Amino acid sequence: MKKSQIEEGIVKGFMLLSFSLVVCSLGFILVTVIVKGLPALNLDMLIQTPKGGYYLGKEGGILNAIVGSLYLAGGATLLALVFSLPIALFLKTYSRRKWWADYVRLSLDILWGIPSIVYGAFGFTLMLALGLRASLLGGIIVLALLELPIMTRGMDEVIRRMPIDMEEAAYALGATRFETAMHVVLRQMLPGIVTAILLAFGRGIGDAASVLFTAGYTDRIPNSLLRPVASLPLAVFFQLGTPFPEVQNRAYAAALVLTVIILVVSLGSRWLSARMGRYTIK
Amino acid sequence: MEPHIQVRDLNVYYEKIHALKDIDLEIPRHQITVIMGPSGCGKTTLLKSLNRFLELNESTRMSGNILIDGEDIYALGVDVTEVRKKAGLLAQHPFPLPMSIYDNVAYGLRIHGMCPNGRSVDAKVQHYLLEAGLWEEVKDRLHFPATGLSVGQQQRLCLARGLAIEPEILLGDEPTSALDPISAQHIENRLMDLKNEYTIILVTHILRQAKRLADYVVFMYLGKVIESGLPGEIFDNPQEERTLAYLEGQF
Repeated sequence: MKKSQIEEGIVKGFMLLSFSLVVCSLGFILVTVIVKGLPALNLDMLIQTPKGGYYLGKEGGILNAIVGSLYLAGGATLLALVFSLPIALFLKTYSRRKWWADYVRLSLDILWGIPSIVYGAFGFTLMLALGLRASLLGGIIVLALLELPIMTRGMDEVIRRMPIDMEEAAYALGATRFETAMHVVLRQMLPGIVTAILLAFGRGIGDAASVLFTAGYTDRIPNSLLRPVASLPLAVFFQLGTPFPEVQNRAYAAALVLTVIILVVSLGSRWLSARMGRYTIK
Repeated sequence: MEPHIQVRDLNVYYEKIHALKDIDLEIPRHQITVIMGPSGCGKTTLLKSLNRFLELNESTRMSGNILIDGEDIYALGVDVTEVRKKAGLLAQHPFPLPMSIYDNVAYGLRIHGMCPNGRSVDAKVQHYLLEAGLWEEVKDRLHFPATGLSVGQQQRLCLARGLAIEPEILLGDEPTSALDPISAQHIENRLMDLKNEYTIILVTHILRQAKRLADYVVFMYLGKVIESGLPGEIFDNPQEERTLAYLEGQF
């Protein structure tokens, strides 16, 4: 056998290995969650809030955590979007000094790397100072902080890949910077931007540590931004921590619900960006 | 005849590189002016100074004046978008906007509010696609993505898009260099048709193209205008040694 053939074989082997590693770990997670969670999952779990004695294995559901998680992650994603889209567009279109934009990018990368428990602790300190209690609002703010660097850098990478010639084409037609940013840059980048938003949403909805202190936990569905709110990751955490097997199985059911939400979001984002990508220039 | 564009004592620097040196030039109205010269001679820079594209690059400095119809386009208070609306650009590589074929042409009309009642947009889109010689090929798929077109068709779409903002001047930056010969000929024919209504300035390094199209020729070398004049004078009887050397293919 020739040397080049051996090299080819080794590289192919590594590719197969990495492929199966990725696919298998996803498969194992799904199988574990489904096998352990599906038997405990029933309609009541999805449409009821916990009744008395729920955590001892009596009746009720995790509707409080499902709705709470959607509130938290939805609110945080909206809030993060309000800030990250202008930041990303600014970095690309307006910033004239490159070092300054690079400095902002570096800061965002550092923020990205900060563990979410630190965000939680920071948010907790902030809330103490402001006299806020654990609440939906507090959770949304801290989750938005967590999501902001992910979303902004995601958008920034997408926007930076924008071909300069396309912008020049818009400028040549007499478009202003603002028109170019809104009609051309944004439209070209929309599929990527949606992906960044949903990526951040997925990260936000799955995070437990940052909402532990800031959002609290409750068996009710909050009717105000200032009330505490439950979340699916914490529902998993608390139920898994009980000594009762049936409650532990419900933790897996909650994990299954969370996984399905994230799966739907990421598959939905793929579908959506393919649809919106109809006109983008590749 | 009064020149359409006057360039006076233009100097351009990219950081420390002196890209254009003391350019003085008069560009006649409703003719094709061809700017030729070897690569790096500054011909694209000169073209970009005419629609104020130089300022997109922040390290550029310039001095001197450029007058269109006697008005300095670099004067304080001049709206840069108005300057660019006056001078349509056909770039080296066609870059459609991320929209349908129809919207590519309609976009300029919309941002400049040139169709106050929406109905006339259809008519204008058709008109400019006809003028660019693309209508027959796209009339059944106007709302399809512009990326579905071939490169040659995309360049004609870019021409239609540029014409739609009703410019007085057309700037072409080697607009046929990325195209196959047939598409290139298509564009050349369009430019010949259009020169009665537009002042066309064409940058090219293809000598034969320059000879086919030019009503007025500018030869540049190392950031300077070496010689300019009618094609008969420049091509057949150049006064400068460097022009002769270029024409003989020495660069």
